[in-house]
Amino acid sequence: MITRIKDLFTDFDLPRLLIVAFLSTLLVLAFFLGLPVLGLLTDMLNRLGMFGVLVLAMVPAIVAGVGLNFGLPLGILCGLIGGLVSIELDLSGGWAFAAAIAVAVPLATLVGLGYGWLLNRVKGSEMMVATYVGFAGVSLMCIGWIMLPFRSLEMVWPIGKGLRVTIALSGRYERVLNDFWDFTIGDPGSSTGALTIPTGLLLFFGAMCLLMWLFLRSRMGIQMKTVGDNPKFAVTSGMNVNRGRMIGTILSTVLAAVGILAFNQGFGFIQLYTAPMFMGFTAVAAILIGGATVKKASISNAIIGTFLFQGLLVVSLPVANQIMQGGNLAEISRIIISNGIILYALSQVGGGE
Amino acid sequence: MENLEYVLQMKNISKDYYGNCVLKDINLSVKAGEIHAILGENGAGKSTLMNILFGMTVIHSTGGFDGEIMLEGKNINIKSPQEALELGIGMVHQEFMLIPGYSVTENVKLNREITKRNFVSRIFGEKLETLDLKEMAKDTRKALDTLDMDIDEWTRVEGIPVGYMQFIEIAREIDKKNIKLLVFDEPTAVLTESEAANLLTAMQKIKESGIAILFITHRLDEVMEVADNITMLRDGELVAQKKSDETNVIELAELMVGRKVEKIVREKRDEKANRKTILEVKDLRVMMSGEEVKGIDLKIEEGEILGIGGLAGQGKIGIANGIMGIYPVSGDIILKGEKLKLNSPKDSLERKIAFVSEDRRGVGLLLDTSIEINIVVTAMQIKKTFIRNFVLFTQINQKRIKEHTLKMIKMLDIRCRNEKQLIKKLSGGNQQKICIARALTLAPDVLLVSEPTRGIDVGAKKIVLETLVRLNRDLGMTIVMTSSELAELRSVCDRIVIISGGKIEGELKPDSNDTDFGLMMAGEYKKIHSRGDEQS
Repeated sequence: MITRIKDLFTDFDLPRLLIVAFLSTLLVLAFFLGLPVLGLLTDMLNRLGMFGVLVLAMVPAIVAGVGLNFGLPLGILCGLIGGLVSIELDLSGGWAFAAAIAVAVPLATLVGLGYGWLLNRVKGSEMMVATYVGFAGVSLMCIGWIMLPFRSLEMVWPIGKGLRVTIALSGRYERVLNDFWDFTIGDPGSSTGALTIPTGLLLFFGAMCLLMWLFLRSRMGIQMKTVGDNPKFAVTSGMNVNRGRMIGTILSTVLAAVGILAFNQGFGFIQLYTAPMFMGFTAVAAILIGGATVKKASISNAIIGTFLFQGLLVVSLPVANQIMQGGNLAEISRIIISNGIILYALSQVGGGE
Repeated sequence: MENLEYVLQMKNISKDYYGNCVLKDINLSVKAGEIHAILGENGAGKSTLMNILFGMTVIHSTGGFDGEIMLEGKNINIKSPQEALELGIGMVHQEFMLIPGYSVTENVKLNREITKRNFVSRIFGEKLETLDLKEMAKDTRKALDTLDMDIDEWTRVEGIPVGYMQFIEIAREIDKKNIKLLVFDEPTAVLTESEAANLLTAMQKIKESGIAILFITHRLDEVMEVADNITMLRDGELVAQKKSDETNVIELAELMVGRKVEKIVREKRDEKANRKTILEVKDLRVMMSGEEVKGIDLKIEEGEILGIGGLAGQGKIGIANGIMGIYPVSGDIILKGEKLKLNSPKDSLERKIAFVSEDRRGVGLLLDTSIEINIVVTAMQIKKTFIRNFVLFTQINQKRIKEHTLKMIKMLDIRCRNEKQLIKKLSGGNQQKICIARALTLAPDVLLVSEPTRGIDVGAKKIVLETLVRLNRDLGMTIVMTSSELAELRSVCDRIVIISGGKIEGELKPDSNDTDFGLMMAGEYKKIHSRGDEQS
């Protein structure tokens, strides 16, 4: 037991400790600045649920040895298409969300298959290739959003052709997960605000994590992990390395599709065109904060990472605004933090051996 | 007893790596114009001795060495290969250190270019001086002529035959003005016979020009042909120093191998027992770089321990890798009368052949994973054990895995904190036991074990070897053990085949005499015994 605790502490390396310390400082600061701390906590939980699945999507890719999946936008695009189809079918509420997933998952599987095929061809430089595949996919779909034959008046420009940049989900599946079984603690009018627990959202994220956990403990999951851990070992154990990597890539892509839908429902809007371009980077930064490396990641890395990363963004914005009036300091700090973390993690890749 | 006639004297050289003694009181003296051969098996300490001479960082970062080195009677303390070069000690490498895109001249003169001043260099310093190509070519020509090489000095290195590359390396060394001592590290390993003969002639010429040569090799006939004096190392100790005209190949072979063979308790197999062939390979060829197998026919009998020995790089490692299908393979592999699918590790495993890799950390283990997963993972994939089947999905059977792991930990005496400990935190010996445990979990009929005792301590070595013997005797498992340690093979095997040059040099009993073992290891056996029997 004691060794377990020790392991836990050694797992918390310096960068993570710094971030935890920074986040705690911000929260204390927020309290003394008279900001609604419980309200901030609510935001943090919301964002954990919204972003969680996108970050979780990193896990299978890393575990299968493909590395950080910078090509996450590919899956995100599939999710967006699912969301649009659901609106086009004029569905609303939980069914709309379910339909969106039902359309997105098979689509993402197909895309993941092609993407995995590509990644198996570029072993050793997956991350670089993935980044540009993601960019290319997003750019290509910028044309797609104009050409695709969606008709729903909620989605297309009133004049001209093509889909709008931002599509509101009110009346469709806005907050279907967030508002499911949610409850509030405290008085919203007080100075600390009230804590609202988005039960449905957290359950959904939890369910995704559980599925991932179960998968990693299945025969196929073990095979995938082995392939990622040591491909040569996998070969001598009669495993198909390319197949293991393929499974990891497909899972990652599918989770990205589901993840963007969970994000959209909480956010209340679907954002098209260049919006998904850098979403991969955010997810990468989050899982790295959570303690993952290019070769090793766990579900807890995803959960902790999302919480810390999103928490930092949620809290730093009002605090920064409170201290320095005006300017978009929070946005700047977000960019510095997320890119800084990615830079740090990538600089660790080769150095270990 | 200082003597100026010696170019190099190494006195009482000892070296240990973390308490593990690899060289003990080695004395070596080389005169100018002498070819001095250093003979020994792999691991005898030849490379460590050369590393000391060249002041390689491996030596200094592990606590230096004891003893002294004298160059032309002066005590020297070499701290880096650069210093060794400046002092006039040159090295001809086993792997060619040449730049393919450069011409012969450029390679020979690399970093020692002859330059002319020009007007830019007058301002910016000598780094920008122009190359004096004419002078460089002239020097190179001279060096090449010394070696009787008629190759044009402006030919690009890429594309010229392998045999020539060695000579360009030598040309580079002898072109250095102050060269006093030249080390040849197994120079003939990659050469054809005629190329090797040329090289030996060249060595004679270099010797005549007054340069001393240290000739590291394990080819006994070459030693007899060119060397003046011979130093024989075995297990880090100096076993003999002889003049070459006072000895012969047979004696050298015996000296190289000779050692007490410790028999691990084991009854002799009944010679007349009814023996069935369990595994047979026909014309096995394996494309494994550095350990290529070039056509081997071998029958492995049920219930025996077969040893495969030979020097590093001769192809012995390739055999087991080929049978498992890990490296591209051709030929026939017949298991119990049925042909095995080639290049399919899965098929080999499913047909109950298990493999313990020679590259423990690189291939044999999942270093960042727990002991229990390492032990069961292959069985889980191949035999689908240790998993529970639900209708649509499977889950690992934690309880059975734990039971089995604890059993293995006990059986093989694996020292660990618990079954969940990460492999990378275990010692080499315990890691090796894990590899064996994984192979056993497959309950194989044939177990291929490669270098089972490499890099593990004495205690663990004994346990590993005893385990192999026990598996063989108690469970009747057929074991094919590949090892560079001849003594180890002789202590556990029923018969031993020696591989040389990718082919079988011969087969011996563990109690055959040392001379035969030595001759076979050195690849000389067939040459000497080639009167009657014709083998391919």
